[in-house]
Amino acid sequence: MILEVKNITKNFGGVTAINNTSFSIESKQIYGLIGPNGAGKTTLFNIITGNYKPTSGDVFLTGTKITNKKNYKIVQDGIARTFQNIRLFSSMSVEENILIGFDSKAKYTYLESMFRLPRFFSHEKQIKQKAHEIMEFLDILQYKKELATSLSYGSQRKVEIARALATQPKLLLLDEPAAGMNPNETHELAQLLFKIRDHYNLTILLIEHDMKFVNHICDKVMVLDYGKTIFEGKIEDAVNDEEVIKAYLGDFKHA
Amino acid sequence: MFPLSKTNLLKLFLILSIVLFLFVAQNNFNDYTIRILNNIAIFIILAASYNLINGVTGQFSLEPNGFVAIGAYVTALALLSEDMKWELFQLEDPHPWILALHLDLIPALFFSGLAATIVAVFLATPVFRVRGDYLAIVTLGFGFIIKVIAINNPEFTNGSIGLNEIPTVINLYWTGGLAILTVIFMLNVIYSKYGRAMKAVRDDEDAASAIGINTFKIKTLAFGTSAFFEGVGGGLLAILLTTISPDLFTFFLTFQLLIIIVLGGLGSMTGAVIGSVIVVGGMEWLRFLDGPLFLFGMDFGSHPGLRMVVFSVLLIIIMLFAREGIMGKRELFTLFKRKGKK
Amino acid sequence: MDISTFIQQLINGISLGSMYGLIAIGYTMVYGVLRLINFAHGDIMMVGAFSSFFGMSVLGLDIYSSVVFAILISVIVGVLTDKVAYKPLRHAPRISLLITAIGISFFLENLVNVLFGGTPKSFHAPAFFDQTFQIGSAIFTPLVFIVPLVTILLLLLLLTLLYRTKYGIAIRALAFDIKTVSLMGIDVNKIIMYVFIIGSSLAAVGGVFWAINYPILTPYMGVMIGLKAFAAAVLGGIGSVYGAFLGGVILGFTEVIFVAFFPEYGGYKDAIAFVFLILVLLFRPTGIMGINFEKARF
Repeated sequence: MILEVKNITKNFGGVTAINNTSFSIESKQIYGLIGPNGAGKTTLFNIITGNYKPTSGDVFLTGTKITNKKNYKIVQDGIARTFQNIRLFSSMSVEENILIGFDSKAKYTYLESMFRLPRFFSHEKQIKQKAHEIMEFLDILQYKKELATSLSYGSQRKVEIARALATQPKLLLLDEPAAGMNPNETHELAQLLFKIRDHYNLTILLIEHDMKFVNHICDKVMVLDYGKTIFEGKIEDAVNDEEVIKAYLGDFKHA
Repeated sequence: MFPLSKTNLLKLFLILSIVLFLFVAQNNFNDYTIRILNNIAIFIILAASYNLINGVTGQFSLEPNGFVAIGAYVTALALLSEDMKWELFQLEDPHPWILALHLDLIPALFFSGLAATIVAVFLATPVFRVRGDYLAIVTLGFGFIIKVIAINNPEFTNGSIGLNEIPTVINLYWTGGLAILTVIFMLNVIYSKYGRAMKAVRDDEDAASAIGINTFKIKTLAFGTSAFFEGVGGGLLAILLTTISPDLFTFFLTFQLLIIIVLGGLGSMTGAVIGSVIVVGGMEWLRFLDGPLFLFGMDFGSHPGLRMVVFSVLLIIIMLFAREGIMGKRELFTLFKRKGKK
Repeated sequence: MDISTFIQQLINGISLGSMYGLIAIGYTMVYGVLRLINFAHGDIMMVGAFSSFFGMSVLGLDIYSSVVFAILISVIVGVLTDKVAYKPLRHAPRISLLITAIGISFFLENLVNVLFGGTPKSFHAPAFFDQTFQIGSAIFTPLVFIVPLVTILLLLLLLTLLYRTKYGIAIRALAFDIKTVSLMGIDVNKIIMYVFIIGSSLAAVGGVFWAINYPILTPYMGVMIGLKAFAAAVLGGIGSVYGAFLGGVILGFTEVIFVAFFPEYGGYKDAIAFVFLILVLLFRPTGIMGINFEKARF
C-alpha cells in the first residue's frame, strides 16, 4: 500500500470541508478522486501534500506517518504534485524548471557552488543528464532552453509533470491534468500517464472532471461529496450507484 | 576542473581587461577620479549583494545601511591600534574587548562580513518564519536601531563622535578586485541549484515549496549572503572614508542601492554593475542641482536637496514605466545565447 | 514612584499612544485593503504638520483653520499618491508596489526639504496649549487630555462609518476579498480612495498634535514616527482599526514608562517599537486582535 488516508476530517472555522474520509491506494494504481465541485477534492490533496493540517486523522506514505509534516519534507519523502492552473516558474527555462525538481538530489553545498569546487560540476552534470532523459521521454527536449511559460498549454502541462517526476516520487498527485484539453490531447495525456506509470514505477492519484478520461485510465475511483466518501470502487459500478447519482444530479426520488 | 569553452575564455578576457584598467587608473588618474572609481567599486559590491535578496529571491528588504554600518565599525575597530583607540575614545574608556580587537586587513574584512551575517540570521528568523511581508519594515527599523546602539555604547563605538584616522590600507586594486570577486561569487550562486531555488521562491513561493524547496532556508541563505558582502563593503567604505560615525549610514545609502538595482534590472548582476556606474556617476554629475542654478539665463536660486528629489522621482518613474530596468533579469552573456519570448 | 506620578505617566503615555494610533490607523487600513505597507504614510503626517505650520505662519490662519488646511493638503497628497503611483501598479508584483512606496516617501521628504529649507522649523502653538495645571504632584498641559479625547472621538466616528454605512461595509469587504467585491459592481478604486482620505486625515490631525507637543519640525520627522506607528498597528493586529489604536496606546505607554523607570537607557526608547515588532512576529504574528487575512493560496 503506497498511500493510506485514515479518518481525515478538516474544519475551516465553522465549515467541515472533509468529513471523516478514508481511502487507500495500492502500488502502481491509477486512482481517481472525483465528485461535484466544492466537494473537497483539492482540500484533500492539500492535506496529503502537507499544505493543510487535518483537524483529525492521519496520512501514511508506504506505512510511514506523514501527517503534519512540512510540505517540502513530504516532497522529499516521495509525493509530488501538479496544480490545476499550471504553476511553472515564469522567469526560468524548461530545463531550469525541471532541474529544480532534481535539486534535492544534487548534493553540493552552498560554498561549493560559490567557489565552483569539483563536486559542483560533477553533480550539475549528473542532474542535467537526468533532466535530459526526462525531457526526451516526455518529448519536450526541443523546448529545453525556451522560457517555460512561453510554451503551448499542453506542453506546459508536460513540463509541470516532468518537474514533478524529477523529484523521483513514489506517488504523483495530478490536479485536473486534462483540464482545458480536447479529446485528442486527453487521449495523448492518458497514453503518457500509462507510459510514465510503467517506466517510473509510479502510483498516480488524480482529481478529474472529464469522465471519459477517468474511465479510460483509472483503476479505481473515490467519489467525494460534501467532504464525505460516498463511493469507492470501479468506475463502472460508480455510474450505477444511487448515492453517486444523487450527488451529481440531485435527488430525483424526493424532488 | 575548469572547462575551457568559448564563454569561459570571454569571461577571462573580461576580467583581465578590468584588471588592466585598474592598473592604468591607479597609476595615471587623478585623486578625484580614483575616489569616484573606488566608490563605484564599493557600490558594485553592495549592489550585487543587495540584488541577491531583493532581485533574485524577490524578498523586499531595506537592510544595506544597517549591515554596512556593522561592517564599517568592525573593520575600523579591528584596524585601529590600541594606542589610537585610547586617543580617539573621548566619551568613555574603550572596552577591553575593543582594545583586544586587532586584525589585519583580510581577517578584519572577513569578520565584518561574518558579524553582519550573524545579525542577519537572527533578524531573518522571526521574519521569514512568519510574514515575509514585514522584512522591509523590520530591516528599515533595524537600520535605525544600529544607529541607536552605536550612539548609546560609547565604550564600544565612541558614541556619536565616531572613529577617525582609520589607516589607509587599500587602493583601487583592493576595491576593484573585491568587486570582481563579489560579482563572480553572486553569479556562481545564481547559476547553481541554490540560485534556481531563490528564483523559484521569487517566481512562485508556494509552487517552490510544493517541489521540495525549504523556502525558509533559501530566504535566510540569500539574506545572510547579502549581509556578508554588505559587511565587507562597509569595511572597505570605512577605510576609504577614514572616518565613520553613527549618522553616516543613513537610509539614503539603502535608497541609492535600491535605485541601482532597479535601474539595472532586479535580479541581474550585470544590471547591478551598470546601475552602480550610472548612479554613482550621476550623483556626482547632478551635484550642481544642490547649488546655485542658472538655467535659460534665469536665476533659480539655490535649493540644496534638489538632487535627492530628482532621484526619488527617477525611481518612481522607473517603477511606473520601466520596471524591468536596463537588463531585466538577463545577464550579459545570456543576451547572446538565450532564445525565447517574454 | 507615587500614585500621582504614575497617573501622570499613564496619561502622558495614552496621549503619546493616541498620536501613534491616529497614524497607525492609516497604515492598518491601507494594508487591510491593498496588502501594502504604505511607507509614505508617516510622511503624510509630516506633510500635515508642515501644512499647519505653513497655514499659521504664512497664511495667517488660526490653529483650528490650520488643522482643516492640514487635513486638506494631506488628503490631496494621499489621494494623489494612490492615483499616480499605486493605482497603475494594482496588478503588478508586490515588490514593485513596495519600492514605489519607498520612492514616494523619499520624494515627499526631500520635496518638503527643498520647499521649506533644511533648518528645523519652530511650531508656534497658541498660548492656550502652554498652560499647566496640577493634580496632586502631577503636572499637565491641556494637550495631554485633548489628544486622547479627540482620538477616541475620531475612532468612534470611524467605527460608525465602518460598521453602519455602506461605504464602511465596502471597505471591510475589500479587506477580505478584493476580487469578489469588484465583481459585485462596486467601484473598487473609489473605495480605496476613501481609505486614503480617511487615513490621511487622521494622520494630518496626528501631525498637528505632534507639532503642538514637540514643536520642532523637520522633513524627516515622519520616518521614525511612521515606523513606530506601523509597529503599533502590527502589535494591535494589522487590519484592525481597534487594534491600531490599542497598539498605539500600548506602545506610547511603554515608551513613557520605560523612560521613567530607566532614564539612563533613555536613548533606547526608540528601539521599543522594534522590539515589539520582533516579539509579535515570534509569538503572535496576527497581533492582539488576531485578524488573519491569509486566504487559501492553493
